[in-house]
Formats: sequence, structure tokens, C-alpha cells
Amino acid sequence: MKKEGEIRIPSGCAISGILNKNGERINGEDIITSIELMRDRSNGLGGGFAAYGIYPQYEDLYALHIFYDDLVSKASTEDFLNRHFEIETAGKIPTRKKKGIDGEPLIWRYFVLPRRFKLHESELKESEYVARCVFRINGHYEGAYVFSSGKNMGAFKGVGYPEDIGRFFMLETYEAYLWTSHGRFPTNTPGWWGGAHPFTLLNWSVVHNGEISSYDANRRFVEMYGYDCTLQTDTEVITYIFDLLLRKHKLGLKQAVEIMATPFWREIALMSEEDQKKFEAIRAVYSSALINGPFSIILGFEGGMLALNDRIKLRPLVAAEKGDTLYVASEEAAIRVICSEPERVWSPRGGEPIIGLVEGRR
Amino acid sequence: MSLQLGWPDYMVIRDENRCIKCEVCAKQCANEVHKLDSDYDKMMADESKCVNCHRCVALCPTRALKIKVNDLEFKPNANWTGSAIKEIYKQASSGGVLLSGMGNTKPYPVYWDKMLINASQVTNPSIDPLREPMETSVLLGRKPEKLEFDKDGKLKTKMPPQVKLDVPVMFSAMSFGSISKNAHEALARAATDLNIMYNTGEGGLAKEFYQYGPNTIVQIASGRFGVHPEYLNAGAMLEIKIGQGAKPGIGGHLPGEKVGEAVSKARMIPRGSDAISPAPHHDIYSIEDLRQLIYSLKEATNYTKPVSVKIAAVHNSPAIASGIARAGADIIAIDGFRGGTGAAPSRVRDNVGIPIELALAAVDQRLREESIRNDVSLVVGGSIRNSADIVKAIALGADACYIASSALIAVGCHMCQNCYTGKCNWGIATQRDDLVKRLNPDIAYERLMNLITAWKHEIEELLGGMGINAIESLRGNRLMLRGIGLNQKELDILGIQHAGE
Repeated sequence: MKKEGEIRIPSGCAISGILNKNGERINGEDIITSIELMRDRSNGLGGGFAAYGIYPQYEDLYALHIFYDDLVSKASTEDFLNRHFEIETAGKIPTRKKKGIDGEPLIWRYFVLPRRFKLHESELKESEYVARCVFRINGHYEGAYVFSSGKNMGAFKGVGYPEDIGRFFMLETYEAYLWTSHGRFPTNTPGWWGGAHPFTLLNWSVVHNGEISSYDANRRFVEMYGYDCTLQTDTEVITYIFDLLLRKHKLGLKQAVEIMATPFWREIALMSEEDQKKFEAIRAVYSSALINGPFSIILGFEGGMLALNDRIKLRPLVAAEKGDTLYVASEEAAIRVICSEPERVWSPRGGEPIIGLVEGRR
Repeated sequence: MSLQLGWPDYMVIRDENRCIKCEVCAKQCANEVHKLDSDYDKMMADESKCVNCHRCVALCPTRALKIKVNDLEFKPNANWTGSAIKEIYKQASSGGVLLSGMGNTKPYPVYWDKMLINASQVTNPSIDPLREPMETSVLLGRKPEKLEFDKDGKLKTKMPPQVKLDVPVMFSAMSFGSISKNAHEALARAATDLNIMYNTGEGGLAKEFYQYGPNTIVQIASGRFGVHPEYLNAGAMLEIKIGQGAKPGIGGHLPGEKVGEAVSKARMIPRGSDAISPAPHHDIYSIEDLRQLIYSLKEATNYTKPVSVKIAAVHNSPAIASGIARAGADIIAIDGFRGGTGAAPSRVRDNVGIPIELALAAVDQRLREESIRNDVSLVVGGSIRNSADIVKAIALGADACYIASSALIAVGCHMCQNCYTGKCNWGIATQRDDLVKRLNPDIAYERLMNLITAWKHEIEELLGGMGINAIESLRGNRLMLRGIGLNQKELDILGIQHAGE
């Protein structure tokens, strides 16, 4: 059977996200409880979390989380890392034995900065340099896979039910102002840890429920801009589209939403002339970045999260607020289990984004 | 005794019990096949003139007529087939180049028929176009690399001109001259009401057609017939015709008999003179020359209209297309070797060029490898026969499709392939007044509207089945296709997997 990346595997899922808009940090218990409630939306073949604000002591360093199949792949990858980065500190990511979780790879973490002369020589921006190094390892170093590469954030994921994965990684020992999580129901059995979600690049993380029907159009679009879609998953391509629009094309979150879940032509026809021109331009230039088919996604980034549905809401997404905390999840129950009396609960319309930003960050 | 087989290609079968000698067949046949023999008081036929256009069959009030392929055969021979032998007879007696009308008839693979379309089941839902919005509009034109917005989210980037189509279909180039005024009018009116485009071909544009300007593509071909500043500004898009799928590498020839008063005015040539388009543009001997013509046209139209460059699908189309994109064209149109024509040397039509499916796949992939696919629009033609062909073309990477043969069939063409004789009994490929008036432009317009409307419905159904509600999400989405009965090399070129994979 082919491994993820050699074949495209569709999957259904559960997603959940918690953001404290004051930037106050909470440990991982709540997010585990929330995603655990939606156990029947997963099938034990993948689960994961992204957490922001967890490494305040190393907040200026890139935290590389890497899966290794074996020591050989670790040695060759570390040789690459040593040539391209100053490694401040490195070690195994702490885990505990957990029933239902086995066959785990070697899981390592490195806090790094690009080697200055290498970076200078490359004439790249620091973020682009790091992104290219990640692509290099994931595309060319057999048995090694970088699954997290941001600053002061990290992804934790694997094969298993998400709550088991969360306890395996001891997420109750981390504190974050933003948690997102994912329980996976792939319609195939990849059994590969790298294929679990969230998918991340630099500070972006994406958890996603759905199977996008525009996949190959999106993939062939981003590949023109140097993104290698090695995993062949929706989440991967959605992350790259966000990275292209937000980081490389310097667009705002609002524009990214206007591109990825663009209004229908019949809605555009009712807009002011100026907006009509704007959306005609968007639909001309970024037509291949429109995400089509069912999806609900949570994009995590430094300073907040964005939750979004497809244009005709073919996947569930519910939001709630209490105090300074914003919740989003596939099911309302997954919010109420950790926040019994929210002040407001609502279902966003298709294509209507929920954006939560941390005060004083971005 | 004749040196060659003098037997006609077709047989006219007349049911004497049904024939009432009304002479409709005789009046309808511009080839003068039928005649009332007054001595015998009987309708007779000279079958050697018959082209099997079905006009007499369709109009016979008593259904007394049938045309059949002549069953007289040469001795079976897989190498020296009947047509191979007959062609030699013809050339041996005439000393001339063999001519044909319409597209390639040889049994080359039709790749459209070897590709299958996907549909959603369980893991994602199909979408019902009767209940949900379904978008088939496309925008053709050059795209900037990215957009810029100001702090209030207002667009800062100035967009190059775009042409919006409600359905990703356009009527391909057919000149006034090669087709009749009534056919031309039906195409122009249908394009306008369907909000798509039609193409003037290289025949210039009669004044009365200027009213359809917003839906007109004005073509500039090597003969430069009818090209002047007003003409260039009359349409919404311009097209430089480098080549045509039916006859790559050669020019065109409109015989003087077809150049009457109206055609002479539109083309700006003397009445009765042959209109000969040279094989190359004599101001384009290289890619940098093409760039100059593209920008001359843009200057002439003040950068308000996109410029398309049309080429025939040939072996190195990908490299040529890349050059065209970099030369400043906004749209690249590629015409496959099964595309139609008013007249082409048979040898060229049947042996030169490549199938559009392969050219399209290779060009789209090449432009992506060079990261310039999003800069330009890609339009393909050369035998698009139905809505499924369109869906497959878009999934391979096209923005829109050109149709011409299909449009003519919709208005009555019966594919007899004798357009070059000027005696089209259906009033399409002719300039003879008595024949032209047989084509009622109102009815032809309505039939074109019907055809494209029907195809739009079918495209929406196929899109919905794939779980897609905007056609741009299908563009280049090759995962939606699977090959059937193709070898690995063909699959690799098409960039698709085999059914079952």
C-alpha cells in the first residue's frame, strides 16, 4: 500500500480551536477534552494539535519538530541542520507511554537560527530561507520529516485518536494562548505520523475538515511558486495558499478570505462598482486559489486564528465566545463540554470568516 | 475504356413508388445531381456530382430519397485502400493538389474519448446545480502576478483588460467569405446574447456587424484582409492568426468566385480577385517580430483590449507557447489537427499537426514549469464536439474552448466536406445569393443559443457531480480525469492516471 505523499488520501475530520484574546496562556487539557468529545468523527488514524506561545524562553528561535524513521535519517538530517542553522538546543520531545499509541518514530525538537553567513549568501529573507530548508529536508531526506517550523509555537501529531496523541505528548505541561486540534477519519490507512494534522509551515498551522474538490487546481497553482506538495493533502495545499497570499503577496487576512472563499458572481453583481472591479480582479488573478468543495478550516498564526467554511457551507463549523476566549469547533457540543455557558454561540455562514486576534500582537 | 474507375462515391436511391416528380430535389441541389427526364417522365440522378450533403433527402416531401455510400469495392487490400487508389486516379488525371473541406477524417486516436471524468461519492458531496449556485464564467486576459490593496482593502493594482464569458466557449474564426453573411450574422447575434465571443476570421468585418463589437474578436491574419484602425477597435479582443489546426504551416486561399460585392468591401480587395493569405506573416519571421506586432496592435487599441495569438498544434507547441506568452500575448489559442477549415490540401489536413488534447496538456504543463501559466489565458479548439470535451479540456488546463464545426453543424452543416466548392446547399459555406437565403439567420441564431445553453446545463451537471461550483476550480484539475486504454507515455503526456489507479 502506498504511503501518504505517494497517493492522495481523502479524509473527514473533527476540528476545534481555543483562543485567548488577551494572550493569557492555558494548558492543553481543555483542547484535549474538546476534541475527545468528537471521537466518532475520527477513526484512530490521525490526531494532532498546534499550540502558540508555548516556548517563551526561545521566542526568537525557530522550533523545528522532526520525525525520524531511524538513526540513519537522523544523522544525515542533522548534518544538514548543522550546515544551515545555529542550533541553540536540541532534544527529544518528551512523551509518555499511552495505550493505543505505538509505532511512533523518533521525535526530536531543535531550537535554531539560520547560520548568518549562509543566510547572507542565499540573499533570502530569513523566513524564506527557513521554509526552503524545510522543503529540502521533507523532499530529499528519506525518513526525515519536519512537521513544525515556527517560532514560539509547535505542532504535536501522530497516528491515533487525538486525545491519546495529546496525552502521549503530555500537552497538559504546555501553556498556550491559542490551541487548535484535529481528529482524522482518513478513508485509507496510511499509518504514517507525518500525514496527521495539523499541517504547518513557519508560523502557519492549518487544521481542516473536508475534502476539497479543487485540490489539483490548487496544487498545480502553488507549485508554480516553489511549493512542493509532497503530502498530497488538502491541508498542505491550503497552508501553502495562505503562505503565498499572506507572506509572499503580503495580503491581509480579509483579502485571503475574499480569494479562498470568493463571493459568487451573482453576489458580486449586487455590489458597488468599485467592489465589482475589485472582485473581478480577484477572480481573474487568484481563480486558482479558490478552495472549492466542502471544508471547514482553522488557520493558526502568531497572534490569532482564522476559521472559515466553504462558500456553501458543506461542513459544520460553530463558534462561541465567553469573556476573552473565542471557541470554534466542528460541533457545538465540543465547545460546551469545556465552556458550559458561553455568552454567544453562532454558526458562521459559508465563506464568512471568524477572525480572532490577540490584543497587542498583530 | 476509361483508365480509371468511373464509378461515383455515392448512390442515390430513389423509391419510384414514392417519388411524385415534384422536382424539389432538382431545385435544391446546387451540384445538379437530380434532373427530370421529360422523355421518360422520370427523375434521374447524375451521382458523380453528389457530395452526400443530405439536402435532397431532408427536403423530399415524400421521403423517397436515400443516399448511400457506393458499395462497389476494389479488391480488398489493407495497404492499397479504395481511397488511396482513387486519390491517385484523381491526381493522375488532374495534376493538382487534392483539396478537402472541414477537419481531419483519418482514424487517429481521439483522446477526449479515452478520458473519463470523476464524480463525488460519500467523502465529499456532489452539488445539485438546480438548487445551488453553479458558476461557469471565465475571464480571459493577462493577469498580473499578484494584487495589491490599500489599508482599507481597496484595490490598488490596475488590471489589464479582461474579457468575461458566461460559458467557457467561443465561436472560432470563420471569415465572412468562407461562410455566408447569414451564418456570420447568426454567430454574432448568438455570441452577443450568450455573452460569449465570436471571431471574424481573416475576412475583415462588414459595417453592419460593428454593432456586435463587445462580443467580437477581430482577427489579423497574414493576408491582412480588411485590417484598418476602425476594424481593430471594433471588437473587444484581437487575435493574430499564425496558424490553423487543419492546415499548419500553410496559408489560405479564397477563390475569386466567392469574392462578391460584400466580401470585396469587407476584405478591401477587388471583386472577383483571389484572396491569398501567405503561409507566414511577412512581418513575422521570428518571435521578436511577433512581439512587435502584438505591441503595435496594443498601441493601436490603446491597451484596452486583450491580444490573442492563435497557433496550430504542432510538435514543439510548448516552446512556442512559452515564447508567445513572453512576447506579450494575453491569450494563447491552440488549434488541434482535427479542426475544421473551408479548404485545405488533403495531405496537409490529414498528416500535419498533432491532437489538441496532447498539445494542450503539454503546453499547460510547460507554462506551469516556467511559472507563467497564470499570466496568460489558454484557449483550445480543433474538434470540440460536446460539453464533455469542454469539461475534459478545462480539466487538462484550458481556460476556454473554441468551437466552429460544432456551431456549423448546429445551423445545418451535414459534414459533406465540400465547403471549398462554394456550393453549400445548406447556405453556410457559400456566397451564392440563392443558396445563402436558405439559411434563415433567425432560426440559425436560435439553434446556436439552444446548443450553448444545453451545453451550459451539461457542464453544470458535470461540475456539480465533481463537487465543484466554479469552473475555475476545474481548470488544470487533472485529478478529475482518468485515462482508459492509454499507454503510460500517453498518460504521462496528458498528466493523468489510468482508470482504476
